[in-house]
Amino acid sequence: MNDKVEEILKAYPEAHRDALIPILQEIQQSEGYLSREAITRVGDYLKLPASKIYGVATFYNQFRFQPIGRFHIMVCRGTACHVKGSAKVLETLKRELKIEPGQTTRDGLFSLEVVACLGACGQAPVIAVNGEFLAKVEPDKIRNILQFYRRKVMDNAK
Amino acid sequence: MVTIEINNRQVKAQNGEYILNVLKREGIRVPTLCHLPDLFPSGACRLCVVEVEGVPGLVPSCAFPVSEGMKIKTHSPRAIRARKTIVELLCANHPDDCLYCVRNGNCELQRLAEELGVRERRYSGAKNEYKIDTSSPSIVRDPSKCILCGKCVRVCEEIQGVSAIDFIGRGSRAYIGTAFDEGLNISSCINCGQCITVCPTGALREQSNLKEVVDALNNPQKIVIVQHAPSISVTLGEEFQLKPGTDVIGIMNAALRRLGFDRVFDTAFSADLTIMEEAAELVHRLKNGGPLPMMTSCSPGWIKFVEEFYPDFIGNLSTCRSPQQMLGAVIKSYYAEKQQIDAAHIFNVAIMPCTAKKFEAERPELSRNGRPDIDAVLTTRELARLIRMRGLDLRELEPEGADTPFGERSSAGKLFGVSGGVMEAAIRTAHYYLTGSELPLVKVQELRGLSGIKEMHLQIGDYKLGVAAVSGLANARKLLEQIKNGRKDLHFIEVMTCPGGCIAGGGQPFTTNQEILKARMKALYEIDRDALVRTAHGNRYIQRLYQEYLGEPLSATSHELLHTHYFERKVLK
Repeated sequence: MNDKVEEILKAYPEAHRDALIPILQEIQQSEGYLSREAITRVGDYLKLPASKIYGVATFYNQFRFQPIGRFHIMVCRGTACHVKGSAKVLETLKRELKIEPGQTTRDGLFSLEVVACLGACGQAPVIAVNGEFLAKVEPDKIRNILQFYRRKVMDNAK
Repeated sequence: MVTIEINNRQVKAQNGEYILNVLKREGIRVPTLCHLPDLFPSGACRLCVVEVEGVPGLVPSCAFPVSEGMKIKTHSPRAIRARKTIVELLCANHPDDCLYCVRNGNCELQRLAEELGVRERRYSGAKNEYKIDTSSPSIVRDPSKCILCGKCVRVCEEIQGVSAIDFIGRGSRAYIGTAFDEGLNISSCINCGQCITVCPTGALREQSNLKEVVDALNNPQKIVIVQHAPSISVTLGEEFQLKPGTDVIGIMNAALRRLGFDRVFDTAFSADLTIMEEAAELVHRLKNGGPLPMMTSCSPGWIKFVEEFYPDFIGNLSTCRSPQQMLGAVIKSYYAEKQQIDAAHIFNVAIMPCTAKKFEAERPELSRNGRPDIDAVLTTRELARLIRMRGLDLRELEPEGADTPFGERSSAGKLFGVSGGVMEAAIRTAHYYLTGSELPLVKVQELRGLSGIKEMHLQIGDYKLGVAAVSGLANARKLLEQIKNGRKDLHFIEVMTCPGGCIAGGGQPFTTNQEILKARMKALYEIDRDALVRTAHGNRYIQRLYQEYLGEPLSATSHELLHTHYFERKVLK
C-alpha cells in the first residue's frame, strides 16, 4: 500500500500545504480510506503535523479512516429522501450495524456512509449497496436487507 | 498617526493598528475570549465587537484596523447585547457545572457571564458530551467544557511549534482533539501546559497529584520532603491577591511546614548543583571537541521536544538531570544516609511552575531500584489550593528559612526561574572554571528580559564563546534549523520551553499579561542583585556536598546521581 501512496506523492513534486486535499482524495480513491500510515507519510511530505491533516480530513464528510466493508452502504440524505423518511432509515442502519457513518463493522462486512444525494429522487428513500441502488427503503425492511447480504457471504463461503 | 474618536473622546492612534490595541492603551476594556497578544488575530469569539460609525454590522475590534476619523462606540447597547448573547449561547451547550469545576472562581466564561449580567438560561441546547482525556501524566482535557476559542491550538502550534492538537470535525460537532483522537500521552504533546494557561475555561487543567501528596502527609510512616522551584516564591503570592512579583519565600516555607511537610528544601540549591555539573560539562566539551553547541536540559518539555522532533540533536543535550531530579536523587541517597533514614520511607514532593515536571518525574530512567526519585509534583496552583484547603492565612504567617543543607542557595540558582538565567548562572561558574577568577561584572544584561531569542558572544579566558538563550519552542526550532543548515558560532544554548521561562510556566497562576510576567522576572533579578552569594560555586553547602559525597563535578557518583540519558521517541507528529 505504501508504494501506491508514494506513487501518488510522486505526482506532486515540491508540493505545499495547498496540495493536501487533492492528495488525500487520491489516496482515498486508491486505498478506499485514509490510513494512519498514509496520513503520517503525507505529513512528512508536506511538512504538516498529523493533527492538522486529521483536522482537515475530518472537516469533510468524504474522508474515512477505516477501510470500507465488503458491502459499502451509502444512505441518501438529500431533500426528497429526507421528506420520505431517510433519517429513520439511517437511524435503523446505525442501530442494526452498531456503527456510525464513516465506520466499518468489526467483522468487516458493512461500512456506512452518508451522501447528499444519489440522484434517484423519484425512488426515495434510496440507499446504495456497493453501487447497487435499493429503492423505497422502509426502515422495518432493513434487517432483511442486511440479512440478505450476510447470507450471500455465507453462501459464497460454502 | 491618525485621530479617531472612541466613546466621544479624541484619541491618537497608529494608522492601521487594531482597534483593540488602542482600547487597551486607553484603558478601555472590551472582553475577549480568543485573543492572544502578539499573535495574528483569529476573530473567533466575537466578544470584542464594537460599533464603528458607517459600518453596517458590529466589527471585531481585535482584527479591525483603525483609520483617520473613525468613530467607535465600545459599550453601546447593541455591542453589549451582542456580547451577552454570545455568552448565553456559549453557555447553552456548556456542562454548566461551575461548582464542581477546577476553574470555579477564575474562569473567564464565568466572569463574563457575571459581568454581562447573565441571570437566566435563555437558550438551552444539547449539552456537550465528550470523553475526558486523562491519559497524560501532565494535562487533562475535557472537551465538553471547551468553547472552541482555539487558543490552545494556536499556542501549541505558533508558540511551541508542536501542534499536538487541532480542530477536529466541523460545525456544531467540532472539537479540539489529537490526530486520530489518540490520548494526549501518545501524541506529540510535550506536556508544557501552555494550553492550560491560555484556556479560558476548565477544558484544560493539570493532572492533579494533590491526593497522593495529602495521603503521604497523613501517613505517619512517610517522611515527606518538599522542594520548591526558584520561580514559585515570586508567583505564589498572586494566588492570594498579593502584588505580582512579591517574593513570599519565607512565608511559603512557613506554610509548607504548617501543611505538614517534614523538611522544606529549595530547588535553587540543586539549580546551583546543576550549574556545577553543567559548567564542568561545558568546559569538558570545549576542551575535548564537543559535541557542541551544548544545550541545557532542565526544561522537560524541551527534552521531549528534542527526543521527538530533533533526535539528531540528542547528543547536544547536556546529560545533567534537571534541578528537580538532582535534588530528588541527592535526598534519597546522600541525605538519607546522613540522616539514617530508609530511602523507601521518603516521599519526595516537588512544587513546580510546570506540568511537564509531572511527566519528567515518571521517566523510568530517573528512578533507582524501582523507586522514583520524585514521588509527586504539584504546580504552583495546586500548592495554592492545598494552602486554601487547609485554611492557612498567609498574612498571619511569620517568614521562616528553608532547612539545611539543601535550603541554602546562591542567587545564580534562583535565576533558573527566568529565560536566560541558567545561561547567566552557567557563565559565572564557567568563567571561574576556565580562568580561576570571578566574572568581573556578575550581571549579564544581554541574556535578560522577555525576548524569545537572546544571543551574545563573549570572551572567557582563551575561549570566544557564542551563547544563546531561547524560550518558546517555536523559537528553539528556528535556532535548531539554523544550526542544521550550518550555523557554527554557538557553543552553548539555553532553552526554556515556556516563553519567558518558568515564571510563565504551565503550572503558574493564570495570566497572559506581559506586565505581570515582567514583574515576576524583575523580582528574581532583584533577588540576584541583593544577594551575597551570586555564584553556584560560591555556595558553601554545594562545596560541602562535593567534599562529603560527590567528589568533584562529573565524578562517577555525580554521573550516577546527577546525569541521565535521552532517547528518540517515535510519536505521531
